[in-house]
Parts: sequence; C-alpha cells; structure tokens
Amino acid sequence: MAMISYLKSSLIAAVWFVFLTFPLMVVKVNTLKSTVEWRWMNMLWVAIGAFILSAVWRWAMERRARGSSQKESDDTDADKKPSIGHRLMADPKLYRPVLGLVIVLALLMPWVSEMYQVTIWVFALIYVVLGLGLNITVGLAGLLDLGYVAFFGVGAYTYAILNTRFGLDFWICLPIGGLTGALVGVLLGFPILRLRGDYLAIVTLGFGSIAKIVYENWEGVFNGAKGIEKIARPGFFGVEMDISAATTFTYYLMLVMVVFTIFVTNRLKDSRIGRAWMALREDEIACVAMGVDMAKTKLGAYALGAFWAGLVGVIFASQTTYINPASFDFMLSAIVLSMVVLGGMGSIVGVVIAALVLNLLPEYLRAFEDYRMLVFGAVMVLMMLFRPQGLVSNVRKTYTHSKKVHAEEANG
Amino acid sequence: MEYFLELFLSGLTRGSIYALIALGYTMVYGIIQLINFAHGEIYMIGAFVALVVSGVLTIYGFSGVSILILAALIAIIYSAAYGYTLEKIAYRPLRNAPRLSALISAIGMSLFLQNYVLLAQTADYMPFPELVPEFAFMEPIAHIMGSAELVILITSAITMIGLTLLIKYTRIGKAMRATQQDMVMARLTGINVDRVISVTFIIGSVLAAIAGVLVGSYIGQINYFIGFMAGVKAFTAAVLGGIGNIPGAALGGLVLGLAEAMAAGYISSAYEDVFAFGVLVLILILRPSGLLGKAVKQKV
Amino acid sequence: MAENTQKLLEVRELTMDFGGLRAVDSITLEVCAGEIVALIGPNGAGKTTFFNCVTGIYKPTRGEILVHPPEQKTHKINGFKPNRVTAMGLARTFQNIRLFQNMTVLENVMIGRHCRTTTNILGAILRGKNTNRQERETIERSYELLEKVGLVHFADEFAKNLPYGAQRRLEIARAMATDPFLLLLDEPAAGMNPQETKDLDELIVRIKDTENISILLIEHDMKLVMNISERIYVMEYGKKIAHGSPQEIRSNPKVIEAYLGEGGGDA
Repeated sequence: MAMISYLKSSLIAAVWFVFLTFPLMVVKVNTLKSTVEWRWMNMLWVAIGAFILSAVWRWAMERRARGSSQKESDDTDADKKPSIGHRLMADPKLYRPVLGLVIVLALLMPWVSEMYQVTIWVFALIYVVLGLGLNITVGLAGLLDLGYVAFFGVGAYTYAILNTRFGLDFWICLPIGGLTGALVGVLLGFPILRLRGDYLAIVTLGFGSIAKIVYENWEGVFNGAKGIEKIARPGFFGVEMDISAATTFTYYLMLVMVVFTIFVTNRLKDSRIGRAWMALREDEIACVAMGVDMAKTKLGAYALGAFWAGLVGVIFASQTTYINPASFDFMLSAIVLSMVVLGGMGSIVGVVIAALVLNLLPEYLRAFEDYRMLVFGAVMVLMMLFRPQGLVSNVRKTYTHSKKVHAEEANG
Repeated sequence: MEYFLELFLSGLTRGSIYALIALGYTMVYGIIQLINFAHGEIYMIGAFVALVVSGVLTIYGFSGVSILILAALIAIIYSAAYGYTLEKIAYRPLRNAPRLSALISAIGMSLFLQNYVLLAQTADYMPFPELVPEFAFMEPIAHIMGSAELVILITSAITMIGLTLLIKYTRIGKAMRATQQDMVMARLTGINVDRVISVTFIIGSVLAAIAGVLVGSYIGQINYFIGFMAGVKAFTAAVLGGIGNIPGAALGGLVLGLAEAMAAGYISSAYEDVFAFGVLVLILILRPSGLLGKAVKQKV
Repeated sequence: MAENTQKLLEVRELTMDFGGLRAVDSITLEVCAGEIVALIGPNGAGKTTFFNCVTGIYKPTRGEILVHPPEQKTHKINGFKPNRVTAMGLARTFQNIRLFQNMTVLENVMIGRHCRTTTNILGAILRGKNTNRQERETIERSYELLEKVGLVHFADEFAKNLPYGAQRRLEIARAMATDPFLLLLDEPAAGMNPQETKDLDELIVRIKDTENISILLIEHDMKLVMNISERIYVMEYGKKIAHGSPQEIRSNPKVIEAYLGEGGGDA
C-alpha cells in the first residue's frame, strides 16, 4: 500500500512541476521574429524527472525524519562510531600509502599532460587555497563572510597595478598581496565586529559587491571595466619561460602553496587561537565571559582568511595575465562558501576534497558545463537538508597528558 | 526645479518597486527569521512569465489591455506557485535547523533558480513589451513623469493599501501577526502555522510578481540576473525600514528609491549601486533595527 | 563580616535601567575574602541582571563596581568588557548553561586558560618552545580542574553529550580555569536532584576552602543557600530588601512576604 501512496504523490508532483515549469521550459518566445517555440520534449523530461525525483525525495525525507528521532534516543553511539573516512585518516598504515600515491601523481602530472590540463589544475588549486582560507573565517571562527571575493580581488589588483605600473617583480608582490589582503580584512572587519549571522552575511555581501563596482568605475586606479592586461608571469631566477613552462612553474608553486596553507591551517586549528575561534563560534557571549578578547580574535580570523585570498589573488593575476572586474563577483564568493560548507566547516580535508570535486568535475564533464551553477545551487540545498555537517564531520582532538599516562601506567 | 521634480518622481517610482519587493523579504523574515535569498528570483520569474505570456498572446493576435491583464494575472499565479514550492522544498525541512543552514539553502536556491531560468530561456537580455499604454492626459507633464511611472505609483499604492487591510482586518492577517509574535503560542491556539507561513510566502511572491511586470514593462528588457540586484536593493530597503516591520519596508523602499535617484541625478549615476550597498552597510553597522524597528536585546 | 577581612568586590548604589524599566535599583553589596555570599529573591528580581552588570555584559546606568584584587590596587570596572573583567579575576557561570557544545569537555576548560596564556598566531604556526610549554601547561591544568569537579572520565566527550548535572559542573571548572579570586555562580543547582545538589554543595565549599576562591551565588534552592552561605542578600523588584546571616534572613518578615508562601525552607 505504501507503493500506491508513493505513486500517487509522485504523480501529483509530476503534474505540479510540469505546470510550474511550463512557461519557462516549454514556451520560448522570439519577439524579433514573432514566433513561439513549443518544446514539448522538455515537458516530458520534467514530468519523468519530477516523478522519479519526488519518489526519491519522499524516501530521503522519511529517512531523515527517522534519523533525527533516533538521534535523540541514542545520542552517544552516533558520535562514537567513526565513519570510514575518519578511520582511513586515523590509521597510518592506510593513509600513508594513499598520501604517497597522491603526492607522486601530483608531482608527475605536468609531465604527462598537456598544458591545458595543467592550467585547469592551477585554477583548481587556487580554489583549494581560497576554500582553506575562507575555512578559517567561516569554518573555524563561524564568521559568515559572503564577500570573500573582495580580498581575492585586492590581491590580484595589487599585483596587477604594482607590476604594470611600477614594474615590481612577482616575488616581491606575492607577500605584498597577501599582506594587503590581510590589511583590508582587518579594515573591513573592524566595523562589523558586533554583527552576527544573517546581518554579517549581508554586510559582507555588500562589501564584496562594492569592491567590484569600485573596480569597474574607478578608471584612474583600476582601469575600470577594461581591466589590466600584460601582467607578468612569475619568473624563475630571471630565466625566460614560455607559456607552457610558466604554467607548469605556477602549478608547482600552487602545490607548495596548498601544502603551506594546509600546514598553517592545521597548526592554527590545534592552538590557543584556534580554540578561541571555535569557542567564539559556539557561543560568543560565553566565550567573551571566559576571557577571550572578541575584537582581537575576530580580526585575526578575518585577517588570516583574507591573507590567503590576497596571496592567491596575486598568483591568479600572474597566471591569467589579464584581470578585469568581472572575475570578482558574488558568484565566486558563493562558490568558495559552498566549498567550505560542503566540505564540512572547519575540516581541512573536507574542504580540499570539496574544492577539487566542485572545480574539476565540471571541467572533466564538459558536456555538463552549462549546468555547473545549477548543480552548485542544488548541491548546496541538498547538503543542508541531508548532510549539514559536510563531507567530513567534526572530530575533536583528544589530548594526552601526564596524569592520564601515569594512570595508565599504574593500571597497566 | 523641474529637474528636481523629475528626479523626485523617478525616485518615488523606483522606491515603489523596491517597496513591493521589500515587503516580501520583511514578511518572511518577520515570521521565520530567514533572509529569503531567492526572493529576487521570484520577482525575476514573475517578469519572465509575463514576458512569455505577453509574447504568446501578441503572436496569437491579442492586443491592448487584455495582454497586460492576462500576463500580470498569470505571472502572479506562477510567482505564487514558485514561492510556495520554494518554501516547501528548501525552507520548511530546515525550520528547526541552525540559521546558517537555512541561509545557505536560500543562497543555493537563488543560484539554482537563476540558472534554471538561464538554461530554460536564455542568457541574453529579452525585450519586454510595453504593456502599459500611454495615456493621453499625461501628455502635458510627460517630460516629468510618464504614464508608466503613474501606473507604477498607483498600482503600488493600491497593492500596499490592500496588504495593510489584509494584515489588519482579515483572519489570516491576524494569524500572520500572531505567528510572527510567537510561533509556539500561535500553534497552541490552533493556528496552522505551516499554512500561515505558506500564505506569507505566497503574498510576498504576488507582490514581487507585480513589481516584475511593472519593471519589465517600464525598463523594456529583462534578463535572468535582474533578481540579484533588485533583491539586494529591496533587502536594503527592508532593513532600512526595520526588518520584520511592514510599514517599515514600504518606507524604506521609498527612502532608498528617492535617495538613489537624487544621488544618481546630482552626483553620479555610475556609483548608483554602490550607493545602495553603502546604505545597507551603514545601516547594519550603525542602526541594525532600522528606521521603524525596535532594538531587540538578547537575553543572557 | 569581620572588619579585617579584605573586601574583594564592592558594589555601590548599582542601578540599571532599560529604557523605562529599572531592573536593578541602587544595590549595594560586598563580598570579602574567604566568603560564600548568596543573592536570592523571587524570579524577575534582577539578580541575573545584577550579575550581568558586574561582569560587564551591561554597562550600569549608575553606581560603582569596585574590585580589589588580592595584592593589587583597586579598580573600578564599570563598563569594562566581560573579557577584561574576567582577566581581572572575576569569573562566572550562566543561568542557562552556555557551554561550547561541539567542543570536548577538556577543550571547554582549556578556553578558560585563554586569558592566562599568551601564545599568538605566529606562535601557533611556529610552535616554539614557549608555545609548546604553554600548551602543555594548559592541558595539565585543565585536567587538574576536571579532576576537582569529578569529570576527568568525560574529558574527550563532546560537551553536548554530558548529562545535565555534569554540564553544570563543567561550567564551574571552566570558570575556575581563568584563575579567578571571585566566582559568580548563577543558579548552579537549577534542575539538579537532591543528591546532585548535595554534591554541588560540597564542591562549592571545597572550592572556597582549597582554591582560595570566594563565591557569590544566585540560587533558588533554599536548602543549599542556607547550608553554605555566610551572608545573604535578598532582592525584590530590583531593590535590596534584606541582608544578613542565614538565620536573620530566614525569619525576616519582608523576605517571607516577598516569597509569599515559600517561607524560609525549600527542598
């Protein structure tokens, strides 16, 4: 009987969605030629798709409802049993060979692929670092920043301007870009210290959008919508490199950058300041009451997150050699945010995986490129509904200390 | 003086549009504390549906006011349907989840809807037919205010008055107010909270659709991205007036519209959008409760 | 209250207005070294608001809050941010438990050590000798505190998974981690059964005796209050209506009237 109920509800869903999508999916008006195109095939697709998806949806929702009621009764078990992913990461015998393989593949990649592939990976790695940087601000400290792209743009434009107008070298501009990003992070973070949640999100969205509009309109400094071109690629001890070599060089640079970012983020996570960020995210009032300086801690999170964005902004500009305001829009902030959320807020491995998947999949599934943003949006919604903790959920560090060790020695 | 009047009326016109969309934001936020990121897309969809309908009708030989009425009606129905579905799929299951989850879901739906329209229709700007006829009696003041502007002002005014009456005097309006004040109590007094929330979304969507039709007709073209900008500005208006406060949204919309028009007219039109964002940022930092809102102190 | 014991906290004529509402009305109160002082009163009397003023969450409309840290000079702390107040040596717990739910029990306590350690971002990245030493000390001290409140076996558990009574004790351990000389406890026994309350009773006294920490507590559980407090202040509608020893308060007609039927004893 459940089957019939499912069939009925799926049928209703199919009819509803056919109705809903009719004017946009089926009808296509060409006002210039005064013709109407009736795409009946689309209607069929929608009907079938809605029918199937609605059944799946209903099943998933019921499973979700059962899951949450179960959670209330046997809480601790669910947390105790680590998932496959966690067990994989914890056991050195398992993850060392995997890690080794990944490293070897990563190092060899440029020699076995065309430049086009390498370029894709350069951009994917840039996104990884962006995700890790935002992970500090959003994932660790819980400060919902929807304008992250602003810092990326700051880094890119800093290099572009310093290089094309003052002839400064890439390597000098790299730290400058990062520091400029951090500085802007602090400046923008200062007025919004007291904001939380939704309001914080919207204000940061505003900042990001204002930045873009300023780039578009302030001709004198940013060259407006025309952008800045002929930006120098990174040099290697003055050796002249062609595009292919330069791209490969940038690829290795990005690998180093990713490792560096992971290293630093990891250290920060398990530190006094990392814990302060997490406590601030969990309960700001209690955190401050326990002696944590809210302003300094939050500004540190903004600055650090912005630093990475500024850094890879420089690299981005050097790779594309031409930047314009269109690259620095809200979409990018949304994409990076979805990487952090989908990866699991605060989880380094999760963010790396999410970033790679979200960026490489569209590249390798070229046929579906048009659907990229559509899928992004859908995935964001679905993750929130069915796996809000992200790919890799929160595992807290267990500490060893002398008393525990002594107790174990005494007992064992 | 004439220039000022022209700007003033233009600002009022924009402001009315912002107000119509802002009402949707403010009602939803007031009742479930969610920024409906996808609300701008509902407005955009309303405009698109109107465009499609009017296109079909024109080709099949209809003309004049009948197109306007049918297009608007159908756009309203569809926006309402989208709004209802949106709430049911992406927000209702997350009602008890942390606020961040719902916000992300909203952002996701916004992206999804934008790209859905992009793929289903086109990325190009679509020309929108001029549905509002030119009135002869407007001729003498045509250089200050056009027929379209008049229609926008009158329609908005009527709509907002209608909404106020609905909220104040009908049963469902009372239920909405009760649910906004205290959802648990409302449920305990027998109010079907789910239905009230659905109705809230539907009403907001209807207003957005009206705005979409008016704007499309006024500007003459639309594309899949107009929801984003309009959404942010309308949200700014809602916050300006005090989020959750219905007259506030109307006031905020008008104030923002006027300020924008004046700034564009007397200072520079390039930085128009910056202006709106700037207002938004300043309000949230300096006076988050807005012009008409009350500051809510968190209980420790 | 002996004349020669040192005053730690001195509140004079504290008043807190929220628009037209006067939540706290000219409260004068003292806590001296080595004391357990209770602040009681019917719901809505303004006790938690008073705490919030002292600990810096609100800035008082009028009055003075003076702290006299042992061996240091006096400070007026009106309007100090809460983290500054805590760094001064006053720590608090909350009426509605405010733990860091998705962090472990041990980490919750470790946060308390934040204001007593100095490692910054650079230190965290470079992990020099100093940083590692501070980290080790933080972990050791936190474990010690968990032992003192009897929560060591929960150390690696998420705070949200703890039973209710344990959560309250964790809040106390966390507050103690800030090395306070004065602990402000807001209804620490709320929701506890008689056995848990008795354990809490002993814990608080133990803290006072062995840790050199004085206590100011808000409580509704009269048995606990009468048992362990040396002095009691009574508030009603924001005003102080009585002050004295447990015996004096028990038989004070104004207090009895304020509680209207609860009398002087409550189980």
